[in-house]
Amino acid sequence: MTTTTQRVAGRWTVNRSAGRSSAAVIRPGFAWAVPATLFFVLFAVVPLVLVAVLSFTSWNGLGSPQWTGMANWNALIHDHTMIQSLWLSLLITVLGVVVQTPLSLLLGVWAAGRQRNRAVLSAVYFIPLLLSATAISVLWRALLDPNFGVPAQAHWLFGNGNLLGMQSGAIGVLVFVGAWQYTPFHTLIYQGAARAIPQVLYQAAEMDGAGTIRQFWHITLPQLRNTMITSMILMVVGGLTTFDTVLILTQGGPGTDTTISAYYMYQKAFKGFDFGGGSAIALVLVVIATIISLIVVRVSGYDKMRSSAEGL
Amino acid sequence: MKRRPNYLAGFASLVWLFLIGLPLYVMLAATLRTRTDYSDGGPLSFPKHWTLKNYTQDFSNGFGQYFLNTMWVTLAVVVIVLLLVPPLSYAIVRSKGRLTSGVFRLFLIGLAIPAQAVIVPMFYVISKAGLYDNLIGVILPTAAFSLPVCTLILSGVMRDITSDLYEAMAMDGAPPWRVFFQLVLPLSRGGLSTIMVFSALQAWNGFLFPLVLTQSDSSKVITLGLYNFQTEHGVDIPGLLAAVVLSMLPIFIVYLFARRALVQGLMGVGGK
Repeated sequence: MTTTTQRVAGRWTVNRSAGRSSAAVIRPGFAWAVPATLFFVLFAVVPLVLVAVLSFTSWNGLGSPQWTGMANWNALIHDHTMIQSLWLSLLITVLGVVVQTPLSLLLGVWAAGRQRNRAVLSAVYFIPLLLSATAISVLWRALLDPNFGVPAQAHWLFGNGNLLGMQSGAIGVLVFVGAWQYTPFHTLIYQGAARAIPQVLYQAAEMDGAGTIRQFWHITLPQLRNTMITSMILMVVGGLTTFDTVLILTQGGPGTDTTISAYYMYQKAFKGFDFGGGSAIALVLVVIATIISLIVVRVSGYDKMRSSAEGL
Repeated sequence: MKRRPNYLAGFASLVWLFLIGLPLYVMLAATLRTRTDYSDGGPLSFPKHWTLKNYTQDFSNGFGQYFLNTMWVTLAVVVIVLLLVPPLSYAIVRSKGRLTSGVFRLFLIGLAIPAQAVIVPMFYVISKAGLYDNLIGVILPTAAFSLPVCTLILSGVMRDITSDLYEAMAMDGAPPWRVFFQLVLPLSRGGLSTIMVFSALQAWNGFLFPLVLTQSDSSKVITLGLYNFQTEHGVDIPGLLAAVVLSMLPIFIVYLFARRALVQGLMGVGGK
């Protein structure tokens, strides 16, 4: 670290020892952070505090909220749909991780190869990343339409075709569309990480006569351990906050069969005009998300990160 | 060194190609054919009667307006982010104060706040501020929710500027604002373009805030337009899918010309 740095055009190149002897570097004050902090507090932290306050009130969207104490919370504890929605969120999240992890791992490791055809194919793979969650949901809703979509033409595969009309079908569609949407992203993560594995390890394994499969199990997988943790946590966060897909593809149905927590909150507040009850569900979501994020920060070491070159 | 081909991964990649390619083919083919051609031939068939009417019809159904609204929201969000994040990241990286490290922690926790969790109070705040059904009411929370990721990305980039460079500027007696404009900003260009792309994507693809904070046609953004189209004329699949294609067109163009910056911005999106 004592070498001279030459990253910028000559005039900033300076010898480190010369720099140290100079007057103390003037550091920016807290004032530099104030505008962004105020903005963030106003439009993210204040609403977050308000959600806790509103969960103790009754408010129909007009006029002023009325204090009702624990009423919303008492109702929530005895609310079947709420309990069920938490289980459904969990189920969809777990299924998402189980489907997406092996798929993106395989594709990522494959795409990490430097062959030309792989680069071209990769460009196609990542197209779903360019579509918004809304567009993806609308697209699949149209594709899976029982009368005008693909099922009408492929009875051998889809049976009577109304996938969204039964719980298992609806959950399957949500998991599938989630995988379609997010697998490209996780593939990118694995691709980047797989390229960073030192080739020496493979060469040594080759000399010992280890085949492709053994190399995968004994070198690739262990080397990708941290990447796997990061990717899975992101999948969990994404799964628990699924909303657009449910709103557009299933509306929580059939019945309440796919009413996951985030959708249930939206429905209660903005369709049932019970904003107090909606806030209580929102607070539950915040608590769950915070616990997960604390784990993320701990595992990924974001809080200790000193440089973008470290960590990921 | 010769390695045997990986059949399993190769097979998975072919299956995946099919799963991506087929829907995209059906989508494009559907938008370029007449409605009767689509319902007669089915989604998987090759179009017989070609037309661009699905696209022009979308524009006459208000998508032009939605497009302009989305562009205005995107532009405003990017400007806010570019004004707020660089000074904040500079302070986080260079200031030794307790307050600033507390602020960094605040933004790290902010990474975890799901937008869904605050839509009810956001609706309350925005209505009370008289901004309901106004695009400004969409711009402000969208920008605020882009701040944590952008701050994380940019401060990561700024940390890589070596202290020698700061010391050199200090020898010239440069005040912090000069260090900021002459050293920090020019050396974080890559990070700046990443946060630009990230915040633009957030704004362009944003759905939740427009859904609960706007109502009328004149303040509708494109994602909301898609949702409404689907609930109101869901049977007009070619028209609907043409709208989907239109909604992704600008991002696709960026993808063609600035793939690197876009992919980095996208990684930020998923990192949320």
